[in-house]
Amino acid sequence: MALVFTEEQELLRHSAREFVTKQKPLRRLRALRDGNDPVGFSRQVWGEMAQLGWLAIPFPEQYGGAALGYMDLIVLMEELGRGLLPEPMLSAVLLGGNAIARGGSGTQKETLLPPLIEGKLLVTVAVQEPGSRYDLCHVATRAARAGAGWQLSGTKALVPDGHVADRIIIPARTAGEVTERAGVTLFLVSPQAAGVSVVRQSTVDGRNAALVRLQNVAVGEDDVIGSMGQGAELLAAVVDRATIGVCAEMLGSMAAAFEMTLDYLKTRTQFGVLIGTFQALKHRAAKIFVELELARSAVMAAAQAADAQQPQLPRLVSLAKARCADAFILTANEGVQMHGGIGMTDEHDIGFFLKRARAAAMIFGDAAFHRNRYAATGGY
Amino acid sequence: MDHEQFRAETSHWLRANAPESMFGAPKSVDEICWGGRKASYPPDVKRWLEVMAERGWTAPMWPKQYGGGDLSREEAKILAQEMAKLQLRPPLTGFGLSMIGPLLLQEGSEDLKRIHISPIVRGEIRWCQGYSEPGAGSDLASLQTRAEIDGDYFVLNGQKIWTSYADKSDWMFILVRTDPNARKQDGITFLLLDMGSPGVSVKPILLISGSSPFCETFLDNVRVPRANVVGKVNGGWAMAKALLGHERTMIADVFKDRVPGNPLVDLARKYIGGDTHVADPIVRDRIAQVEMDQHCLDLTLDRARDGAKAGHKPGPETSIFKYYGTETNMRRRELMVDILGPQGLGWEGAGFDDKELAITRDWLRSRGNSIEGGTSEIQLNIIAKRVLGLPD
Repeated sequence: MALVFTEEQELLRHSAREFVTKQKPLRRLRALRDGNDPVGFSRQVWGEMAQLGWLAIPFPEQYGGAALGYMDLIVLMEELGRGLLPEPMLSAVLLGGNAIARGGSGTQKETLLPPLIEGKLLVTVAVQEPGSRYDLCHVATRAARAGAGWQLSGTKALVPDGHVADRIIIPARTAGEVTERAGVTLFLVSPQAAGVSVVRQSTVDGRNAALVRLQNVAVGEDDVIGSMGQGAELLAAVVDRATIGVCAEMLGSMAAAFEMTLDYLKTRTQFGVLIGTFQALKHRAAKIFVELELARSAVMAAAQAADAQQPQLPRLVSLAKARCADAFILTANEGVQMHGGIGMTDEHDIGFFLKRARAAAMIFGDAAFHRNRYAATGGY
Repeated sequence: MDHEQFRAETSHWLRANAPESMFGAPKSVDEICWGGRKASYPPDVKRWLEVMAERGWTAPMWPKQYGGGDLSREEAKILAQEMAKLQLRPPLTGFGLSMIGPLLLQEGSEDLKRIHISPIVRGEIRWCQGYSEPGAGSDLASLQTRAEIDGDYFVLNGQKIWTSYADKSDWMFILVRTDPNARKQDGITFLLLDMGSPGVSVKPILLISGSSPFCETFLDNVRVPRANVVGKVNGGWAMAKALLGHERTMIADVFKDRVPGNPLVDLARKYIGGDTHVADPIVRDRIAQVEMDQHCLDLTLDRARDGAKAGHKPGPETSIFKYYGTETNMRRRELMVDILGPQGLGWEGAGFDDKELAITRDWLRSRGNSIEGGTSEIQLNIIAKRVLGLPD
């Protein structure tokens, strides 16, 4: 497979960009934030995205999916990232849907995937716990046997879109000690169930997340996703693929922030000349361009590895995530700096990118975490 | 022939025809074959060049009529992969294959192709590049070497500098000023110059690394036939730029460590220790960074090649490869000396082995990477102006 997009993928890019631009996304993001919107995204926009078939991209046709691949998904995610769209692609498609599609039973897939693809059911995954940092095996939440089922107790943090999710997939420990790989099982939990409390978390980038507390929450045999005690493998596979989507989104966000900065360099006058004529700024802009191109190559390679189910997928995911994290933070930091005083104000949009850069860099592991994993997969 | 069959046959042929000593890393730089009339190589090196040239596989993708291998891009990739698998060294390297050959195939007259391409494929002629001058390094277009027309000849006077391997080369491709009154980019012509011509003299330049491929080249009433113009008279700047595209891509590729395994990790295990992990976590992180930088660059090169195959014309973004390839190589060389620790301080003599001395000198040599072939700053200027459209 070649590292180029097909004509169909370019068409998808075109329609996605048109859609995103029409939303006036940054203005909308600001309104959602300033209005303390209880949902934090637009259900109407989400419905339109479902109508366009975008939620269907990675899923099999028999459940209403489009059976396309990650090369298609990254095209879409990049365009959504350009507008910092707050709609729940990450939680519903990249995490929840993917976990069910990869690990769910026949019944779970049949009942959950079609409404999920239609945008009517939001399933998310509680990847993190307080203090777990980026270790997916750090699961302190306990699943204790209770009759034919289990009782879950523990706390999950920064659950993506957890505040409005219809179901939350909870990794809990059915055996072993905290941070052990074996013994983690994934359970499907309804936020309405007795013993579940969901509190919305307000994060620096305005993305939607929730703190989820579970106290003796009863779950049954049917609620297990994947194999008993093997949840860490499933979670890792899902998170690796979700990371590719996040990277593509970061790519779009940094491209948008960079374009915003370039526009400023080409229009802002100081000392009687355009500031874009200053070599000190030109060189830094050119370096950002190089970083962006290198990041793009890594994201495309990771998406291809996912589509071709290559064993080096985790290594390429780490390459992409470390690169995107560093490149996005650089682009955003430089974006604010080159905008000067106006860049520091809340009134200007460039700050949104600075905040998102930091948050996105930390989702599923920061640059140092992924360099460490890259080294480990390289045998050193 | 399908690709799997081609792969099997290629692998079989390589194993049957490559001399034993051509597998694995070269023992010394003398085993790296640049071809040409002025050097002699060990018998195995010569033999390997001959058998590969016979098949056109020193230039696998060039047309058969000029001695190339006529392989498709996919087949050439398979050949490279099979050679890498066997740790087989390239039979020939140099500016003929990587720079002037591709330019001649693209822009040269039929006569020039007929005369020069086959000798390049066969490694009979070694080439050097006459671009830079004492007053025109990064500002290449301001070059001053004059070429005046005299009948069927140009008469050249001037000086070139930083001419890599001029002392070992048979021919030079050179930029000269043919119209001193035109805009500085418009009065330049691209010529092919026989280094054996009367009036050519060459003097090596010593670098901080203790040696150097570089020379000064002096031209004193040197006569070059007018038939040796590539492109048009006064149209040399376009040729120069086309060739620089090949050069920047080649440089990024050349600086790759082609040795199997991971030399940085091996070095760290030896000098710092550690079984599963390199013992010093900071060194380990730096190794990962350099490796990941190179990995991203390689993927970007793949992407550029795949894009070219899909019909996207390579543009000024090729400056990425020169800029980032050289910067990454410099980071790698510094890290290697850091890993050696005090053993990296050797210049010559007792207490240091050959490999340690080579790493230290390679580090010093690499400091020129961001200067030669257009400085990093020039590459960034090109990106800023021609890719990003920033104002002058």
